Amino acid sequence: MTQSKTYVRCTINGEDTEFLCEPRQSLLECLRDVLRLTGTKEGCNDGNCGACTIMLDDRIVTSCLVLGVEVNGKTITTIEGMASPEGLHPVQQAFLEEAALQCGICTPGFLIASKALLDTNPNPTEEEIRFWLANNLCRCTGYDKIVRAVVKAGEKIREG
Amino acid sequence: MATVKKDYKVIGSRPVRHDGVDKVTGKAIYSADFSISDLLHGKVLRSPIAHGIIKKIDTSKAEKLPGVRAIVTSKDFIGSSDKNIETAEDRNEGETTRLKYLRDNVLASDKLLYIGQPVAAVAATSSHIAEEAISLIELEYETLEPVLNTTQGLSSKSIIHQELETKELGTKVPGKTNLAEHIQHKLGDPEEAFKHAEIIVERELTTETVHQGYIEPHAATASWSKDGRITVWCSTQGAFPARDTTADILGVPISQVKVVPLEIGGGFGGKIPVYLEPVAALLSRASGHPVKLVMSRKEVFECTGPTPGTLMRVKIGADKSGKFIAAQAHLEFEAGAFPGSPVAAGSYCVFAAYDIPNVLIDGYDVIVNKAKTAAYRAPGATMAAFATETVIDEVAEKLQMDPAEIRLINTAKKGTRRADGPVYPTIGCEEVIKTIKDSEHYNSPITEPHVGRGIAIGYWFNVGLESACTISLSKNGTINLVEGSTDIGGTRTSIAMQAAEVLGLLPEDVIPSVVDTDSIGFTSVTGGSRTTYATGWAAYEAAIDVKNQMISKVAGIWSIDADNVEFEDGVFFSKQDTELKMTFKELAAKSGAPIVGRGSVSKGGMGAGGGSFAGAICDVKIDPETGKTTVLRFTCVQDAGKAIYPSFVEGQMQGGSVQGIGWALNEEYFMTDDGRMTNSSLLDYRMPTSLDLPMIDTIIVEVPSDGHPYGVRGVGEANIVSPPAAVANAIYNATGVRQSSLPMNPASITKGIQDHRSDILNSMNC
Repeated sequence: MTQSKTYVRCTINGEDTEFLCEPRQSLLECLRDVLRLTGTKEGCNDGNCGACTIMLDDRIVTSCLVLGVEVNGKTITTIEGMASPEGLHPVQQAFLEEAALQCGICTPGFLIASKALLDTNPNPTEEEIRFWLANNLCRCTGYDKIVRAVVKAGEKIREG
Repeated sequence: MATVKKDYKVIGSRPVRHDGVDKVTGKAIYSADFSISDLLHGKVLRSPIAHGIIKKIDTSKAEKLPGVRAIVTSKDFIGSSDKNIETAEDRNEGETTRLKYLRDNVLASDKLLYIGQPVAAVAATSSHIAEEAISLIELEYETLEPVLNTTQGLSSKSIIHQELETKELGTKVPGKTNLAEHIQHKLGDPEEAFKHAEIIVERELTTETVHQGYIEPHAATASWSKDGRITVWCSTQGAFPARDTTADILGVPISQVKVVPLEIGGGFGGKIPVYLEPVAALLSRASGHPVKLVMSRKEVFECTGPTPGTLMRVKIGADKSGKFIAAQAHLEFEAGAFPGSPVAAGSYCVFAAYDIPNVLIDGYDVIVNKAKTAAYRAPGATMAAFATETVIDEVAEKLQMDPAEIRLINTAKKGTRRADGPVYPTIGCEEVIKTIKDSEHYNSPITEPHVGRGIAIGYWFNVGLESACTISLSKNGTINLVEGSTDIGGTRTSIAMQAAEVLGLLPEDVIPSVVDTDSIGFTSVTGGSRTTYATGWAAYEAAIDVKNQMISKVAGIWSIDADNVEFEDGVFFSKQDTELKMTFKELAAKSGAPIVGRGSVSKGGMGAGGGSFAGAICDVKIDPETGKTTVLRFTCVQDAGKAIYPSFVEGQMQGGSVQGIGWALNEEYFMTDDGRMTNSSLLDYRMPTSLDLPMIDTIIVEVPSDGHPYGVRGVGEANIVSPPAAVANAIYNATGVRQSSLPMNPASITKGIQDHRSDILNSMNC
């Protein structure tokens, strides 16, 4: 029997992680089906909805467009790694307080993307927020409360 | 009945929702996140043609692929398909559905009726193997002429269902046809009344197929146990209707099926039908394993119910003062491959905002070779309002009247009779129009060129239906609230708040759970804007039951009559002896028989609480060269009756508005002449992104409903109804060109502008 799976070693949410995956499996599949990290969602599997957004090293990527075998040696952060033992990240807290989610399926992707924005620019304008989040689709909210939540999270972060 | 008061402690507040932390940390389990021991993965073979006859399905090669464990087709259903059954939806309307239609929509038996219709399904050890196996199934078929819109449907010799007879005003008429039903509503003498009109505007309008566009694709896992019990884990808008329909399709009693609802990633009506659940169950029975099916985005677009394409003619006659004296509507709606478009609902809503004495409405439910349409947020009302509200705008313009004023003088009120029969209880239509008319937005000046403003009004009748709820009191004074309404947008909290208000508790003292169909009484869909209204009402009743049991308990402790006990601000006290007092928490801690409250309501079908009116004010800027429309400012006004959780009401208003903007400007299925959707991805099916939009302003109007203890009106749907018409009216005011088709994309706007310019030039030459 020939070996059908490839060994991958990477860092996920701060943990040294090893897994085996088929060459055809996307990173999204590896996270969800192999590692059972189901907080990262699949909405389209072709990079257009942003529900599967994660951090790969220091970039935000749609994990459905990355192959599992590509992440060997890399560092990944998913929604499961956003809150600390002390509590929620300010952007998570702001999404709750501003009612920025309805069904919640797009929320992990929005949170990852929003945090990445605020990490580089903690005082974004409305236009900058809308531009940054344009790869993340939300069908429930009309984006108004999401934009407000990102503004509020930025204020909290700036206050420290 | 409303005990409406202003000084609520919990209602009207904005607590953090109960399921919030799980949803911002990735812990909430949605349908595709579910897993179970010994699980197989399935895929579905779908029809490659829009219309044809199945000659042969050969699965022999697929069966030999290593890892394949089961393959099923429609032959695996138990018992005859040739009977009518009453689905959960039918029960409210006194209708029945042909079992064959329900089954053929999940696994085709004899004909292929639309591209994407399921034909066979495979269960395998991985989804990739299942997908490979699908490609090895050989499907032989004979191609027939497809029927792709209502005009073709009504004229074509290509008949989709050979046995179908038109239901003509309630009576079956023999003869082969694609017209499933013709309905009509008449009030007064419209023909005579039009003769006396000072002005008549009549227009023909069309809308294209649009999808609900929820971000979570459908997914279902089923396990058919050796004892015959079937468990289904899925995301659905109604666990009980999903259970009932799954049982009907499988030919087993409902008591044999348990549906466990998982978190649901959006629905907007599209997750009321079942698609995968019965197929996963058949695969589970055949393989002996639990089987999970997950749709791709392409499958969601091509194979699940969108909202129909329509052709409408609307005519309105007014007198000199702007009073509408007669109105007529002709509504042709695509049903998809099986009967049941939302044309009836469209016919109820088409003139619902106005008091018009003479009305004629004809509705036509036309079978076409497209996926069976499903409910989509105020089904049928949005297209109908696009027609009515643009025609009204033209009437106002011709009479040189303010668009808000003409709506105000014609507004429907308490006591107005709609053409389809209902007489309104207390409604907020007039208040919504007045709020628009008096708003800062409506009265702000427009100074830029190519900018226009439009308004429109919309109605959704809302439904009541059945809900059940139980509340168990814990000894620490918190309550566990068990309900059957799947929570799409925070209803755990809006329901819990209604119980908390009765018992003097904080929202966080209520622990709400959405449970499976074995664990609570029948609860209808999360749809029809009914959940906060009806399940909230069940929670209110369960809380009153708890309160009454606690009063009996404390009366027993004090050895006084229960009639002498009062409860206020979290304290039980004797009306006669001021020394006798006990807090809710103290009483909860006392031993005794467990206190379990029960709420169980059935609140009728259409018109629950009087329904909800909403309106939109929209400013657009048009680039005259490219036809691109930019929405500069948007305000949604809606009557919520009483807003239980104002942030969620605003969220519904904003979400509905933006979906309506999507319908207005971008969204449509591009179909080839052979019935294939060519834009079945989220890149090409262009839903609004954050960058396409301004902030969406909201004004909540509160005209308490006569029909709810807190005056609640459901707010989920009416907000999508007016935006396309408001955008169309704004585009007219920016360009001088009336739009008669949705979506109003750059191509149609530039063509309109060019035609308009030529008309002006021609008239100048004359």
